[in-house]
Amino acid sequence: MTDSLNDALVNLDFNPVVNPVEPFLRSDRMPHIWCPGCGIGTTVNSFARALIESKIDLQSLALVSGIGCTGRVAGYVKLDSFHTTHGRAIPFATGLKLANPKLNVVVYSGDGDLSAIGGNHLIHAARRNIDLKVICVNNLIYAMTGGQTAPTTPDHSTTSTNPYGVFEPSFNLPHLVEAAGAVYVARWTTFHVRQLSRSISEAFQKKGFSFIEVISPCPTLYQRRNKLGDGLDAMKYYKAKSKVRHGAPTSEVGLTMTGEIIVGKFVDCDRPDYQTMMRTQYAESLGERYVEQPEMICS
Amino acid sequence: MAKGRVSIVVERCKACGFCVEFCPTHVLALSSAFNSKGYHPPHVVHPEKCSGCDLCGMYCPDFAIFATKVASVGGDK
Amino acid sequence: MKADPRGVLTGTHFIDGDHACCEGALAAGARFAAGYPITPSTEIVERFASRVPTVGGTFIQMEDELAASITLQGAVWGGAKAFTVTSGPGFSLMMEHIGYAAMTETPCVFVDVQRGGPSTGLPTLPAQADMMQARWGSHGDYEIIALCPNSPQECFDLTIKAFNLAEEFRVPVMFMMDEVVGHMSEKVVIPPADEIEVVPRRHTRKSVNEYLPYETNGDMVPEIAHAGEGYKFHVTGLTHDERGYPNMTPQVQDTLVHRLQNKIRDAADRIAMFEEEHLEGADVVVVSYGITSRVAQRAIEAARKQGLRVGKLRLITAWPFPEKRIRELAANVKAFVVPELNLGQMVREVERAAAGQAKTFAVAHAGGGVHNPEDILKVIVEASR
Repeated sequence: MTDSLNDALVNLDFNPVVNPVEPFLRSDRMPHIWCPGCGIGTTVNSFARALIESKIDLQSLALVSGIGCTGRVAGYVKLDSFHTTHGRAIPFATGLKLANPKLNVVVYSGDGDLSAIGGNHLIHAARRNIDLKVICVNNLIYAMTGGQTAPTTPDHSTTSTNPYGVFEPSFNLPHLVEAAGAVYVARWTTFHVRQLSRSISEAFQKKGFSFIEVISPCPTLYQRRNKLGDGLDAMKYYKAKSKVRHGAPTSEVGLTMTGEIIVGKFVDCDRPDYQTMMRTQYAESLGERYVEQPEMICS
Repeated sequence: MAKGRVSIVVERCKACGFCVEFCPTHVLALSSAFNSKGYHPPHVVHPEKCSGCDLCGMYCPDFAIFATKVASVGGDK
Repeated sequence: MKADPRGVLTGTHFIDGDHACCEGALAAGARFAAGYPITPSTEIVERFASRVPTVGGTFIQMEDELAASITLQGAVWGGAKAFTVTSGPGFSLMMEHIGYAAMTETPCVFVDVQRGGPSTGLPTLPAQADMMQARWGSHGDYEIIALCPNSPQECFDLTIKAFNLAEEFRVPVMFMMDEVVGHMSEKVVIPPADEIEVVPRRHTRKSVNEYLPYETNGDMVPEIAHAGEGYKFHVTGLTHDERGYPNMTPQVQDTLVHRLQNKIRDAADRIAMFEEEHLEGADVVVVSYGITSRVAQRAIEAARKQGLRVGKLRLITAWPFPEKRIRELAANVKAFVVPELNLGQMVREVERAAAGQAKTFAVAHAGGGVHNPEDILKVIVEASR
């Protein structure tokens, strides 16, 4: 199967027609476990199209996920993929990238995994500007385990661990990662399929810590428990209440249960990534004694 | 003649309704048929309106539908 | 395969166990470490941080041990030989990822320079109280290999062995040092690189279409591939089948977990390393490891001077526990005496393996120092009665 998928989209009468996303899927594992109306699969479509658009060499792409519904993405994509421990996709991805800098490393995980148990690693990787592309699917809940409160669950929502309503303030993830040092921060929803794809492509062009949040429906738990309808109702809400504000100050993009969703590209700046800084520092301090790490392939 | 054509992988569909809702030319509707899991997959009600934009494919969380452009008479893709 | 000379500091050195361990790692081919400072292990990675940019590798100090213990595994899948170092509190934090390494069969080394515990305990003083934790610390059924050096020279030699065992069995290996061995300085001879045997990664030679990440060909250890080579494999901590895909059924679980266990247990005799002395006709066998074995040596010599028939069995591999050897000895000796810097850990294994055929006497020590040889001698005398 060639990576030039347009070749496959040919005359319907004589040649087989292929879903552009199919070559990126482990078709032998379909259908997947995500619920009807869950948006994770939709994000994978955007991801696949970004891969096509960016002409990324799939061999050099590695995908790392954590635990949770979004964490299952790693098992469904036909790439070198790693389903790691809860919250630790980012440090695993860091090790992968440092050992083989030629890899394009994507972290694809959920809001709970990345910002609760994984929060410490999130901020340090952003601080260090490790060259990772982080796709954070935010369904505002801990879905896989049955609908518990996440750091992103909006105020007054009902969850299984806040049965009387959430009263904690929720994280504004773009604000958090910008403050920590990310060089690319964007947010879309699963309604914004093309814009999301474009952002992912842009992130592939960046060197440094890139973070793309995707608001996504969890019909089974978040939507249902809060009487917000199903997945389609969530999508209609995203369509109606999203407002594109490129460059908006991230302090202003916090989310509420039924309010406006500010989407767009908020941060796109440049600063040297971790490995560039490391090499520069070693070269300066060690001079000729510095031996730059070759591609660490063990024989 | 339609510019595009929809392909549906019936067994993957979970009837979420995204494709029906977001098709810009309202080509699709949920059918009354069932797949083996008991879902009503979509079917094409207005094939002539399909532009092959593949928004259905981009929205489908289950990779169960996609549209392709059809080479029209005259060779344009 | 011979060691890469760029990592081998050939020569005669006067260094402590921590420093020797670092040199052992470099000699073994380790070019990646992710660490987090914790006394008394920190010097290992401090030295590595200083040495590795001159031999073509990377060190990163991570934000905590949870990160360090998984970052090193990312590096392994990226192609490196990698390790981390820690002590008690950090070892506890690393347990989940030790289990992940065992489950995904990631070859790597975890160094635990044991100190007094529990909790913050005695950061600068020795203990040997993590021995059971090394074996059972993570949840679920899995096996690991654990080595116990008793000198800076062994910290060098056995670190290489640890990496070699990790690669051979695709398992995380626990390198169980203690604060005294880590901080004592002795002569360490590092031979030329061509005298050091290093086990290469069991990389698959299968084509992209044939390769299944967890397929074994009779010998129980699958071949590995690295990210970026076109294999497009999947690795997960979920119970998985040969394709690496999650397959969460009792049948797959049974097959997988038995194989993870048996790949080590079936090779236990081959893996077992111990040092024996005066076991012929012994009435009492002193079983010890790490720094305690040095103190025990004095007690054994004193006992033998008194005419007692005392032999020595020093555990170099603590896990898998050399139960076969203990069982053999139990048939012929009166008793085992097991001094440890803990309130009784490996002694339980000795007792279990002896299966009542010989008596077992613990010589406990809560940690914070080493035994007085007299205390061990006293128990040897009692055991000889």
